[in-house]
Amino acid sequence: MKRVISLLLEHEPGALARVAGLFTARGYNIESLTVAPTEDPSLARMTIVTTGTDAIIEQITKQLNKLVDVVKLRSLSDGRYLGRELLLVKVEASTADQRNEMQRLVSIFRGRVIDVTDATYTIEMTGHSDKVDAFLLALNDVELIEVVRSGILGIGRGKKILRA
Amino acid sequence: MILSGADIVVNCLKDEGVEYIFGYPGGAALHIYDAIYNQEAVKHILVRHEQGATHAADGYARATGKPGVVLVTSGPGVTNTVTGLATANMDSIPMVVITGQVPSGLIGDDAFQEVDTVGVTRPCVKHNFLVKDVKKIAETIKKAFYIAMSGRPGPVVVDIPKDVTAEKAEYFYPDKIQMRSYQPRTRGHNKMIKKSVELLLGAKKPIIYTGGGAILAEAEAPLTELVDKCGFPSTSTLMGLGAIPATNRNFLGMLGMHGTYEANMAMYHCDVMLAVGARFDDRVTGDLDKFAPNARIIHIDIDPSSIGKNVAVEVPIVGDCKSVLEDMLKVLDGKTDSIDRPAVDDWWKTVESWKAVDSLQYDMDDKLIKPQYVIQKLFEITNGDAFVTSDVGQHQMWAAQYYHFEKPRRWINSGGLGTMGFGLPAAMGVQLGFPDDLVVCITGDASIQMCLQELSTCLQYNLPIKIVNLNNQYMGMVRQWQEFFYDRRYSHSYMDALPDFVKLSESYGHIGIRVDDPKDVEGAIQEAISLKNRLVFIDVMTDPEENVYPMIAAGKGHNEIQLKPCRNEVENRELA
Repeated sequence: MKRVISLLLEHEPGALARVAGLFTARGYNIESLTVAPTEDPSLARMTIVTTGTDAIIEQITKQLNKLVDVVKLRSLSDGRYLGRELLLVKVEASTADQRNEMQRLVSIFRGRVIDVTDATYTIEMTGHSDKVDAFLLALNDVELIEVVRSGILGIGRGKKILRA
Repeated sequence: MILSGADIVVNCLKDEGVEYIFGYPGGAALHIYDAIYNQEAVKHILVRHEQGATHAADGYARATGKPGVVLVTSGPGVTNTVTGLATANMDSIPMVVITGQVPSGLIGDDAFQEVDTVGVTRPCVKHNFLVKDVKKIAETIKKAFYIAMSGRPGPVVVDIPKDVTAEKAEYFYPDKIQMRSYQPRTRGHNKMIKKSVELLLGAKKPIIYTGGGAILAEAEAPLTELVDKCGFPSTSTLMGLGAIPATNRNFLGMLGMHGTYEANMAMYHCDVMLAVGARFDDRVTGDLDKFAPNARIIHIDIDPSSIGKNVAVEVPIVGDCKSVLEDMLKVLDGKTDSIDRPAVDDWWKTVESWKAVDSLQYDMDDKLIKPQYVIQKLFEITNGDAFVTSDVGQHQMWAAQYYHFEKPRRWINSGGLGTMGFGLPAAMGVQLGFPDDLVVCITGDASIQMCLQELSTCLQYNLPIKIVNLNNQYMGMVRQWQEFFYDRRYSHSYMDALPDFVKLSESYGHIGIRVDDPKDVEGAIQEAISLKNRLVFIDVMTDPEENVYPMIAAGKGHNEIQLKPCRNEVENRELA
């Protein structure tokens, strides 16, 4: 089952490698991993999407907590949370038909065209991973030149807060 | 006080109360070595190989309970410490390893003797640091000691580029350090402690199973009190030997792959298990599907990730074994009357019947020296009071089986990683920590050759270790597995072209004694001990094909324990 774990860690060189290294060393899966500094520049926030049984997820959270650089951790998917992904996709759009169809799809999925050349459109879209998947599925007949996904960023709903 | 980075390093060690530092110099560490030259508070022990430095520091830490400290240079200096780091990490031994690094400006350039120290050591340490600023050295070293010693202990590496050790800064060594990301929990949860006591009081077939965590937490007093108060059968892992005195009437000996019949059978048949600072290692549990099928398990461990990792636990207690056991004793106070004594007495009867199998019995021989006999004699002559280090293999198991430890921190061996070559350098660290005590290294002809160079260090620092080499001219444990599981195809498990260990010891300035007659074993051990100020290497030629029994083959359950072959009818009767 897919799980989303959010953690705050010391924003120090090597901290990311410790987390990534843990997953490979113990044979855990990583579907996606995103990391960036927070409002407190000494802290980085990471969202990890992984899969595994309850027992494995319990071990993953315990092992992550054991890392000296990890300040706090929460398994977001244990409660209600918001997960969002950013998609950047470059598609072929050289004919008028292609351009019109692309405009239509982009507007249905509430994306934006952020770069245009005579042969391509580059589209930006955010949303739940399901929506990103659905959009890419809708582009079935279009030639995808490049697809870039951010992986999930997660935050708990309401009072579910992860702070140092 | 404005000091160079190198002087700061040495002052930190001084202020931390470090007595010995085990090391080997090299380019990137030379500023630090210069700072060491100018003082006497921290004594440097020059080893002959960096692996020896880490094992020596490790042995020192295991015996004294204080952190072991190592200093090495960059590149090969670091890579040579990796085995020692992993050894300490697996057994949760506190160490601080300071490594020189190439100058900051050269990092990443594939400079001479450069290696990504933080990257190479990351998977086999508790934590590591690269210090890029001279002003951060003191704080980082304080953190390193704090992390190494607290929570579940472990080795910590501090990597310092050469230029940083030359720069200057104000020296201030903090008394205490706070880390928002690292706050290990020590007290157990009250509710869980109460629950665990209830479970123990209701047990009909209880067992107490202790591990290395009990030693590290120095929990021997409350542990033994609990064992005595409850009167429950108790066993220990390889790493936990000595926490409960071997002569305690409730103690069943070691459990696991080469544990006693009674300990393993009691584990299999128990209804309540109290695990104290043990981590349900595969060498202890055997096949997890067959592990203690009826047991309700209480698990005390300082590391939450150890709990529920291999085996499902009913009462998890995260905390320091000593404090948790003390809290348990308080809750237990005045309640031991409610233990179901008739049931426990019945359980003891069953346990005694397993004990009567006498699973550690071995055959004597007039001509061939039985390795078990050597350890037994060593135990008798030293009254079980020596510090014993070992390498890895058959001799290690025999030492664990036949040297009965009465006290904690006396049995020093590489349990988790199983590092051959550990015994001799570890013994150096133990001897430095306890200069007036008897330190014995029980080893084998294969293991001893892996860190043999340290015989030279032993001479330089006059370390009168007694080495007992059980020489069967095989890698005994490998040969045993090949005999059992590979139809006696002894693929590269022999030891050909062995050196003359007596002459070898003499060439290192020590005394060597060869023993090849069972009658001479006792005399040789006595002679070695009487040579108080000399390292003595006793090369004992043992029965080449003796096997370690009992044995639970990998992937088998505790109840499938195998006794010495001619005795298997006993086991079959038990299982029927």
